[in-house]
Amino acid sequence: MAMSVIWSGMVLLSLLFAVSGGCTGAVSAAALEGAASGVRLALSLAGTLCLWSGLMKVMERAGLDRKLARLLSPLLRRIFPEAGKDVQTMGRICANVSANLLGLGNAATPLGIDAVQRMKGTGDTASDELCRFVVMNTASIQLLPTTVAAVRGAAGAASPFDILPAVWITSLCSVAAGLAAAFLFQRVWRA
Amino acid sequence: MAELLIPLLMTGVSLAALSKKQDVYSALLDGGRDGLRILLSIVPALVMLLAAVHMLRASGAVNAFSALLAPAFRLFGIPPETAPLVLIRPISGSAALAVGTDLITAYGPDSLIGRTAAVMLGSTETTFYTISVYFGANRIRKTRYAIPAALIADFTGFLTASLTVRLFMGRTL
Repeated sequence: MAMSVIWSGMVLLSLLFAVSGGCTGAVSAAALEGAASGVRLALSLAGTLCLWSGLMKVMERAGLDRKLARLLSPLLRRIFPEAGKDVQTMGRICANVSANLLGLGNAATPLGIDAVQRMKGTGDTASDELCRFVVMNTASIQLLPTTVAAVRGAAGAASPFDILPAVWITSLCSVAAGLAAAFLFQRVWRA
Repeated sequence: MAELLIPLLMTGVSLAALSKKQDVYSALLDGGRDGLRILLSIVPALVMLLAAVHMLRASGAVNAFSALLAPAFRLFGIPPETAPLVLIRPISGSAALAVGTDLITAYGPDSLIGRTAAVMLGSTETTFYTISVYFGANRIRKTRYAIPAALIADFTGFLTASLTVRLFMGRTL
């Protein structure tokens, strides 16, 4: 529903600006040009995404996500001490985070939903650990942002992946800030 | 190093899978099929949103809007041109991809704005969508501080993206 309002608002705003600025012709042309560029973008992404998704599947079958999950377990146990008491729940949290890191979004979401299910207990209120877990998931930590790299490549970037260090630092800072905020709010925001 | 990343990863991953006696090639094809299916599912959204984004840009609304928000963005060191991306990022993933692509192609992938947009896109998530999926699927209504904390994370991401790109640009270019 939110998107319906946003899209209609975008079109309405364009119309208002076009009429008041006297550039209605350019705006009409831009609508068609934009639609065409949507298909061009999809085509330019197709090759990279296909190759990448294939490689992801190989990673999954080779068990790399499980290895990463084992590696992350000690750190995650500290962030989620309560969930850490249950082996199954912790396993799902670790699997969710490592799937996110590797960019396996399709695998990460069901694992995350499952982890939330196990952490929530009864009632409809989010516990502190649950809030932390969801905040961590909203602050994407992806090792290889392939879609963006594909967009950059299609636009003619000299080296599409040279943004990696910046992406890693930024992801780390945003996750850290989200978790810090959650830990702070936890003291003042009673259930 | 960055140039070697992709070939190294391809080799490493396929050898690791081979050593586990996995059928690497059929896994590649399976995964590739999934990837194309996902892409196909977002094509209509990309078309609709890019049409609207191009209209907004051609009408001058984007410029007016960025100019309006420029003082606030400059205060935090975020390029004002990225204002549309910053605002849409937490709400819709495909809209953010459309707006981000528009910025990257309009200003050039290796420009300061193009890079900042790319880092923003690559290091943040569709916050509201993620929250609604995780809480909605488990019928949790009282989300307490999850949304404000997640938005603080996003904002920090936008700040850091602008900062790191400026730092790295000075070095590498």
